[in-house]
Amino acid sequence: MPDTTNTFDSSHTMHVDDDYDDAAGYYVDGDPIADTKAPQGPLEERWDTRQFEARIANPANRRRLSVIVVGTGLAGAAAAATLGEAGYVVKSFCYQDSPRRAHSIAAQGGINAAKNYKGDGDSVFRLFYDTIKGGDYRARESNVYRLAQVSRNIIDQCVAQGVPFAREYGGLLDNRSFGGVQVSRTFYARGQTGQQLLIGAYQALERQVAAGTVKCYSRHEMVELIVVDGRARGIIVRDLVTGEIETYFADVVVLANGGYGNVFFLSTNAMGSNVTASWRAHRKGALMANPCYTQIHPTCIPVSGSHQSKLTLMSESLRNDGRIWVPKKKADCEKNPRDIPEEDRDYYLERIYPAFGNLVPRDIASRQAKNMCDEGRGVGPEVDGVRRGVYLDFADAMERLGHDAIAEKYGNLFDMYARITGEDPYTTPMRIYPAVHYVMGGLWVDYDLQSTIPGLFVTGEANFSDHGANRLGASALMQGLADGYFVLPNTIRDYLAEGPFDKVAEDDPAVVEAQQSVQAQIDKFMNTNGTRSVDSYHRELGNIMWEYCGMERTADGLKKAIDLIRSLRDDFWRNVKVLGSAETMNQSLERAGRVADFFELGELMCIDALNRRESCGGHFRGESQTDEGEALRHDGKYAYVAAWEWTGLDEKPVLHKENLEYEFVEMKQRSYK
Amino acid sequence: MKLTLNIWRQADSASPGKIHNYELDEVSEDMSFLEMLDVLNEELNAKGEEPIAFDSDCREGICGMCGLMINGEAHGPEVTTTCQLHMRSFKDGDSITVEPWRADAFPVVKDLVVDRGALDRIIAQGGYISVNTGAAPDAHATPVPKDKADRAFEAAACIGCGACVAACPNGSASLFLGAKITHLGELPQGQAERDSRVVNMVGQHDHEGFGGCTNIGECTAACPKEIPLDVISRLNWDLHAALRHGK
Repeated sequence: MPDTTNTFDSSHTMHVDDDYDDAAGYYVDGDPIADTKAPQGPLEERWDTRQFEARIANPANRRRLSVIVVGTGLAGAAAAATLGEAGYVVKSFCYQDSPRRAHSIAAQGGINAAKNYKGDGDSVFRLFYDTIKGGDYRARESNVYRLAQVSRNIIDQCVAQGVPFAREYGGLLDNRSFGGVQVSRTFYARGQTGQQLLIGAYQALERQVAAGTVKCYSRHEMVELIVVDGRARGIIVRDLVTGEIETYFADVVVLANGGYGNVFFLSTNAMGSNVTASWRAHRKGALMANPCYTQIHPTCIPVSGSHQSKLTLMSESLRNDGRIWVPKKKADCEKNPRDIPEEDRDYYLERIYPAFGNLVPRDIASRQAKNMCDEGRGVGPEVDGVRRGVYLDFADAMERLGHDAIAEKYGNLFDMYARITGEDPYTTPMRIYPAVHYVMGGLWVDYDLQSTIPGLFVTGEANFSDHGANRLGASALMQGLADGYFVLPNTIRDYLAEGPFDKVAEDDPAVVEAQQSVQAQIDKFMNTNGTRSVDSYHRELGNIMWEYCGMERTADGLKKAIDLIRSLRDDFWRNVKVLGSAETMNQSLERAGRVADFFELGELMCIDALNRRESCGGHFRGESQTDEGEALRHDGKYAYVAAWEWTGLDEKPVLHKENLEYEFVEMKQRSYK
Repeated sequence: MKLTLNIWRQADSASPGKIHNYELDEVSEDMSFLEMLDVLNEELNAKGEEPIAFDSDCREGICGMCGLMINGEAHGPEVTTTCQLHMRSFKDGDSITVEPWRADAFPVVKDLVVDRGALDRIIAQGGYISVNTGAAPDAHATPVPKDKADRAFEAAACIGCGACVAACPNGSASLFLGAKITHLGELPQGQAERDSRVVNMVGQHDHEGFGGCTNIGECTAACPKEIPLDVISRLNWDLHAALRHGK
């Protein structure tokens, strides 16, 4: 895909009326915030400088220094393994039955690295530049440059571990181009790159378990953070098998609990993916940054009925050969697509964006699909009175390239589609619809990946730091492993050099208060004796989020969503039904705790989206578009990270702004016309 | 469609369990098997009966967390994971028996949930290449012939679900074990620890109470990732070589 940016056109941004404050009344303005750890000086020297200046904990001392890591995806498993190798005492927690099941495993496409093995002009600076641009100029230059630098080390590490990346016949690693960039920098392992990288990290983790440096606690879910004298000092977990509430202390706590896309109920996340670890930290003082930045993927398998429990993504490479259309006439939507003549089909992306057609960026493809369905021209089964699907048709490509060539390229995706839908995409057009896939927002961290609570570090999708307002394809795996293997272990040592800290007393008031609040919430769920299941509330919350805080957001819609969420949340606490006992495995109880936190997160996402009256990356405000319906950024007003402070339930959150400055990249406005 | 479901219920690992019968109406053929159980659970919850506990996470066939014996077959009648099995594989009026994985080494935790921690402990005994973070040479320093790389990948596709164990009349985890031995043993990076890896992993496998392999092949037939049976030949080959080397 060619470079589509025009030189920044100030006329688009300067006429913004600075008096807008859509979120007035929903928040309180706070002091600005700054990343005090980011080194200054030449961009390429900053990470070296920080690594040198970060203190080193004495090797003999390390076995007296303890680390808790929550989550065992790429970021968490890599961090726990690496810290174990360094000699720290590590405890690793996950809610799944094994660390190997964390949802990083489901990533299909690949992992970017600036190796330039293809000699096609790639470089650290180019990966940095593409990431900043892809993030729509809402990420930090220092962080992103570091990410591009360590991307090269990741591939070396994974190959040494035995990760079976795709290779060429000469035995060297293969690369492909991904997500519309101009160079081939994506390493892959068929469609299972995430699985292979995670198994590599998991095996490194198990090696440390055998070595005695790491202890794994599977089926343990973090339900509270313990903060003593201003420092994160431990966590409270629920043993999901026995129901026991357990307290663990450490010198430092690392959160690697992934993203919160399940606030939408239906997403491509795993069933158990949740925000609780992050949200509990937020309630204890960690700022939440850019929570509204959500990535919605255009090529997922549509919802088939009200029983739907999750959505499955298909690689967007399908758009290279498939043509997207809907019927021109509403009356045709029920027909067999093969019976709809060419002149009655609307290839709407090709019509609206003749230069890019079906290859427009993810957010545009997603939004237009929704527009078509909202007009009543969607296809597939009616769910709640609306058909939410558009055709992705391979008939032309089959004719041009032949059945075998299509099978070679897309066979596994076609098989997956056929298994889930029962339809044969070789003969019937696929149906696709957008789904929530990734969140760029997360807990605010400084250059060291430390949150605003000293001693609480946040890695991977759980932090906000590297993708700005939108993430490039094949960069999630890169960031998770960069944080886990190379960044966190080198920054956390500066903090740990101050330890070991004084032992926390079991009866410290902060510990007792945390334990009591956990128990009180469980008791509340078990004793409410309401009439509605947890899932029914989650589904309704998801519908509100999808409708008003999904692909297109408006001030009126967001305000309505906030009201709806608040009243649904009240009802949830009065009327939720959790059966069984808290003293055994109880999956309804697990979900109830997660959904309780999703309610509070969903409200903050809406407030953040309401405040940001601009369209950038994955965030599209209906009020901020060009005459052609394109996203319109307002750099003069919104070139900042919105970091939100919790002030209490039903209290207004405080907004702290971190200014974003661009020294090395010029800000441009994109155009796909 | 309308179904009769005969489902194993067990309060915890210490209590005895038994099959309970449920009728479920209006099952759509587009539901996945687990979505069908979600619908049943919603009905049970509404009636005041505790929902059935079962494991699942990614629901796209890759995390390995789900796994049920469906009419006596691990993951049911199709070659896929339970989460990717859809109700169109069944017909109106069917009676379906649903049980947890059955193996001595996988104790039942509750209802359809089992403890597969033994598989993690096998990996901890050598299912890795010992390289600390930062100690790796450039990724292109060691070319890997494509056929070796492809064979390693094929074995590495194992998702650790345990269907091979559940399907095996001996309750053996040899397919799981062979997959990891083959994955790492095909690669040049995996050679240094090849002998110790197989000896230690097999030792842990036996210690956990998994049975031996008698070449029946139920494991590979049940494997949702179609791991080939010959990884077990490779396992035996490597084990004999290691013993010859005096490990």
